[in-house]
Amino acid sequence: MALLEINDLRTSFFTDAGEVKAVNGISFQLDHGKVLGIVGESGSGKSVTAYSIMQILASTGKIVGGSIKLDGQELVNAGEKTMRKVRGNKVSIIFQDPMTSLNPTHTIGHQIMESILLHTGRNKKQAYERAVEMLRLVNINEPEKRMKQYPHELSGGMRQRVVIAMALACEPDILIADEPTTALDVTIQAQILDLMSSLQKELGMAIIMITHDLGVVAQMCDEVIVMYAGSICEQGTADEIFYNPRHEYTKGLMRSIPTAGTFGQRLSPIAGTPIDLLNLPAGCPFAPRCDAAMKICIKQKADRMILNDCHYAACWLNVKDKIESGELSPAKEDSNE
Amino acid sequence: MSEMTRKPLVEVKDLKKYFDINVGMFKTLPLKAVDGVSFDIYRGETVGLVGESGCGKTTVGRTLLHLYTPTSGQIIYDGKEIKTSADIHEFRKKATMVFQDPYSSLNPRMTVSDIIAEPLDIHKMYSSPEERRQKVLELMEHVGLNSEHASRYAHEFSGGQRQRIGIARSLAVNPEFIVCDEPVSALDVSIQAQVINMFGELQDKLGLTYLFIAHDLLVVRHISSRIAVMYLGKMVELTSAAEIYERPLHPYSKALMSAVPMPDPKIARESHRIPLSGDIPSPLHAPSGCPFRTRCAYACERCAMEVPEFREIEKDHFVACHRVEEIN
Ligand SMILES: Nc1ncnc2c1ncn2[C@@H]1O[C@H](COP(=O)(O)OP(=O)(O)OP(=O)(O)O)[C@@H](O)[C@H]1O
Ligand SMILES: Nc1ncnc2c1ncn2[C@@H]1O[C@H](COP(=O)(O)OP(=O)(O)O)[C@@H](O)[C@H]1O
Ligand code: SF4
Ligand code: SF4
Ligand SMILES: [Mg+2]
Ligand SMILES: [Mg+2]
Repeated sequence: MALLEINDLRTSFFTDAGEVKAVNGISFQLDHGKVLGIVGESGSGKSVTAYSIMQILASTGKIVGGSIKLDGQELVNAGEKTMRKVRGNKVSIIFQDPMTSLNPTHTIGHQIMESILLHTGRNKKQAYERAVEMLRLVNINEPEKRMKQYPHELSGGMRQRVVIAMALACEPDILIADEPTTALDVTIQAQILDLMSSLQKELGMAIIMITHDLGVVAQMCDEVIVMYAGSICEQGTADEIFYNPRHEYTKGLMRSIPTAGTFGQRLSPIAGTPIDLLNLPAGCPFAPRCDAAMKICIKQKADRMILNDCHYAACWLNVKDKIESGELSPAKEDSNE
Repeated sequence: MSEMTRKPLVEVKDLKKYFDINVGMFKTLPLKAVDGVSFDIYRGETVGLVGESGCGKTTVGRTLLHLYTPTSGQIIYDGKEIKTSADIHEFRKKATMVFQDPYSSLNPRMTVSDIIAEPLDIHKMYSSPEERRQKVLELMEHVGLNSEHASRYAHEFSGGQRQRIGIARSLAVNPEFIVCDEPVSALDVSIQAQVINMFGELQDKLGLTYLFIAHDLLVVRHISSRIAVMYLGKMVELTSAAEIYERPLHPYSKALMSAVPMPDPKIARESHRIPLSGDIPSPLHAPSGCPFRTRCAYACERCAMEVPEFREIEKDHFVACHRVEEIN
């Protein structure tokens, strides 16, 4: 059994302008000790996926369908009492802005200890020792002294390390990191990523690494999910996604980034503008920007197709020959709900 | 890129910009945002400017354009020093700036057409409303905006489109030189690529010269012919874009380049990072001598005593480090 199993998850926001289908039927699994990356452009549903797992959505947001199973236990509609046990204990989350997780009016020590006292059976003295140990683990120098400091006395990189210490103090099975280094400089980003990698190996937890930076994904992740407009385009090992992309959006993304091979040349950007979730097209959400779009793409969203045991993609091009031979047509194909 | 002649278009000599910061009731300290920077930019080239947040990149760009009054130093444009307010007024027609944030840098109450035409209005660069309209449409075409958008408001546009509006506006005065301050940082990868290409096309078409500030080192590498690395208000290295990637010589540049996460799993697995401990010091309390010495693995006594000179170690390769010859 996978540690986390998500099936056809749907999360919407009900706004004045209408229903925003932020997460529109996604399925994936996460095993113990794995690092899973979620990439996609802003608004593609990465954070909403994370917030759905934690059930920390804004009041206008609601999980409208699907299932989230953690260690076999269903979390959708499980109730706040269950979720409170899950959060921090089994699943921790860190955000782009460390101040989301830190209280400016309390010392670092107070905050880490509070989290330990809340989630574990430790007493105050043990919690103090654990907090110091965690600060040392995330390479904060003079941890005893730092315990007495307030968040504003630390740099951005140090704050993010404190937040990681807090998130890991209760030894969660899963750490969700939502753009944890996006606000940081590359040298500090490198420190944080190295830290996360070594802690992950040491503690054996799983990480969901949400980012729009393909460099971070290449460095950190065993597996990668590519999202577009609330759907998963493609999922596979990092090598499969980078070297053998099988969805047109992923291919476009890979061509858009400057790399050693593009220096001095023009890039090949994806044409068009990002999608409007209030007006999702009927078929493949990427069809309006896709150079390879076929008739079927406009009518019907492609299913998750298994390409090999470590690679899925939802793109009709993978069965182009069957479509051309008439074996597959939108009328006959009704497995899409 | 276009042929460049070896005559600098922009010459910056020992430029300093200090801000007075209140640190007590009657006490101020000079914040040395830019502390003695010298470099040239040649006609038709793109110089990339990189370094950690707060190291002074934006301040260099703004001071260079006299948007900030320099504390000291010289800015020479096309052979002529820019000093008097008349110089500056003329200079503004030749040198403009594109800003990072496409969301806040455009007035939401103005139409696209008025935003783009504002510099034309300021410099009275048309003789009839029709000429103004024509110029705006031409500018919109340059940046790939649809002419139907002219009467709409900036807030109706996506990030990438707003950045195009901002670029059209900076092109209005027919500048030769543009300081681009993080112009693609707020954009998604796919849109970022569109805008990066546009910078290249405009450069070819209009013969522009750029100072391109960005923290994404791959973007800078892609767009620049030469790259300058800053640290704590000082320039530590300046050389060709290829050289800075393949053979950085300054200890800080080495660490910076090795920290770039490469979007390629195999390269990422094989790459060796030069770890950099600690944080960048506050520019209010910059270390004596070499600004990098508190984080440098090679720091010695001399590094605390003497500011290393920014010197040409090899042809067209400038480095500010006492020990650069020994450690490379
Ligand atoms: N108007 C100002 N008044 C006071 N201090 C300033 C001012 N503008 C910049 N500074 C300070 O000068 C230093 C350099 O700032 P600058 O904006 O040039 O950095 P930067 O390299 O562009 O950073 P970033 O990558 O974050 O944009 C910083 O310490 C900053 O706080
Ligand atoms: N509180 C909210 N109210 C309405 N819409 C929201 C809210 N939070 C997120 N959304 C919408 O959900 C979509 C996905 O958002 P998000 O998951 O934050 O994207 P990202 O992939 O950038 O993390 C976006 O269109 C966003 O505008
Ligand atoms: S399903 Fe069709 S429209 Fe969608 S990415 Fe594939 S080819 Fe393009
Ligand atoms: S001058 Fe000294 S401290 Fe500065 S970079 Fe060189 S060796 Fe390091
Ligand atoms: Mg997000
Ligand atoms: Mg700046």
